[in-house]
Amino acid sequence: MGEGYAAVMPANAYNWIAVWRRNFLAWRKVALASLLGNLADPITNLFGLGFGLGLIVGRVEGTSYIAFLAAGMVAISAMTSATFETLYAAFARMDAKRTWEAILFTQLTLGDIVLGELVWAASKSVLAGTAIGIVAAMLGYASWTSIVCAIPTVALTGLVFASLAMVVIALAPTYDYFVFYQSLILTPMVFLCGAVFPINQLPSSFQHFAGLLPLAHSVDLIRPVMLERGVGDAALHVGALCLYAVLPFFVSTVLFRRRLLR
Amino acid sequence: MNMSTVAIDLADVKKSFGDKVIVNELSFSVARGECFGLLGPNGAGKSTIARMLLGMIAPDAGKITVLNEPVPSRARVARVRIGVVPQFDNLELEFTVRENLLVFGRYFGMSAQEIEAVAPSLLEFARLENKADVRVSDLSGGMKRRLTLARALINDPHLLVMDEPTTGLDPHARHLIWERLRVLLARGKTILLTTHFMEEAERLCDRLCVLEGGCKIAEGRPDALIDEHIGCNVIEIYGGDPLQLRELIRPYARRIEVSGETLFCYAPHPEQVRVHLRGRANLRVLQRPPNLEDVFLRLTGREMEK
Repeated sequence: MGEGYAAVMPANAYNWIAVWRRNFLAWRKVALASLLGNLADPITNLFGLGFGLGLIVGRVEGTSYIAFLAAGMVAISAMTSATFETLYAAFARMDAKRTWEAILFTQLTLGDIVLGELVWAASKSVLAGTAIGIVAAMLGYASWTSIVCAIPTVALTGLVFASLAMVVIALAPTYDYFVFYQSLILTPMVFLCGAVFPINQLPSSFQHFAGLLPLAHSVDLIRPVMLERGVGDAALHVGALCLYAVLPFFVSTVLFRRRLLR
Repeated sequence: MNMSTVAIDLADVKKSFGDKVIVNELSFSVARGECFGLLGPNGAGKSTIARMLLGMIAPDAGKITVLNEPVPSRARVARVRIGVVPQFDNLELEFTVRENLLVFGRYFGMSAQEIEAVAPSLLEFARLENKADVRVSDLSGGMKRRLTLARALINDPHLLVMDEPTTGLDPHARHLIWERLRVLLARGKTILLTTHFMEEAERLCDRLCVLEGGCKIAEGRPDALIDEHIGCNVIEIYGGDPLQLRELIRPYARRIEVSGETLFCYAPHPEQVRVHLRGRANLRVLQRPPNLEDVFLRLTGREMEK
């Protein structure tokens, strides 16, 4: 049995690149539309909430609300773009398009495919997160160097949420089930994790709970970097995110084995 | 058989899903350079066997060796030298023909230069040389199948595993695939083919294994199976009451099978049968040489579903 699970893990350190390149080629054909779609939603939120609510809210944690929100928006867009890439695009490749099936005829393993999909989804997060960062920098709410410094965390956030979404698509019989994940897990996380308002506004029990959620760790890394403040507990946050990226990877690969290799 | 001349070896392979037995105590061997057919109706276990050979399903019991590698434990290594044509196309529809080969070649660790070096001959082989830059979604069904075949050859495999390669194609497209497969056999490739087309099996396969309900019910060369199990002409009769007709011609037939409204009469001297049917209105009588369809009917007592 153990042998069976070993066989689905990544075969080597580079097989996944072929999967990433396949997705990149597909994306290149629709790059412009994809970029606009990726950007429109978070930028609308940034301006709508930032300017609108910002007028009422005034300053938050010693900075303007829109600067505070911009950092949260970078984290949220990293989360949503990796999530949606995995839930919809990767699910289609695994299910209806039979792309994964074709890849499994070659020398790649299921783990190679999942890893390639995760890195691809994280790449899209970097694209989306960086785009928001660039808008924030152009408006003077963040420095250009701080955007560059935030990229590794944005990438890690992408890996985390792609990895979690992998578990969802490994279990979901059809697209219809994704809505549960979106509305019961992701949307509450946006409000619990300090992305749009400071976490200390929440009752203390919620604050403790939020500390367990991946988006909170991601926000706690990205915001101080973008506001050029010292990052507290960096090792804890990075460690928690790594755990959230790695564990679901193994869980989803084992679940995919049960779903596809039978 | 010497192991280096054996491409595929299955020994007492069993597979069940839940309490449903899909493959039961199956053993067969395929020599290198041979075209071996798994022939049987839908649900006979053909696709499951093909997936087991690729290491995508582990057998519950038994031993599988493909290209000298134990499967599934070293299936990944074996797959480097296997090309697969699946039952349902899984091409990249939004990519061009050329891009499909590029992307698939990369999965085998090939560089862009290596892929570009082999792509023209593969496209020519698949008669797609004028379609290199056409999106796959714009190709006909037959062209898609030929591209799937070209894609399966990108790693220059020793063995091709083809699951129902011509199902769903029109006769013209089917004949073109058959002709291409014969070219591959002439080049020394080994082919394992699953099919429910008797004609496909008869035309292409050196040897075949007839399956029903996951069990092997016959194995051998197509002509030998036909000789052994039938060995005489067949008269198909329909348009009358089959049971009444059976009584009428029974003395002149070696064996008679009734399937639906058709009577299959196996007779060493068909003219004797025909004499007794002469003058009956509405009766359609067709005399033909025996084929694998008759073998299947003989062995299972029923016609193969189409």
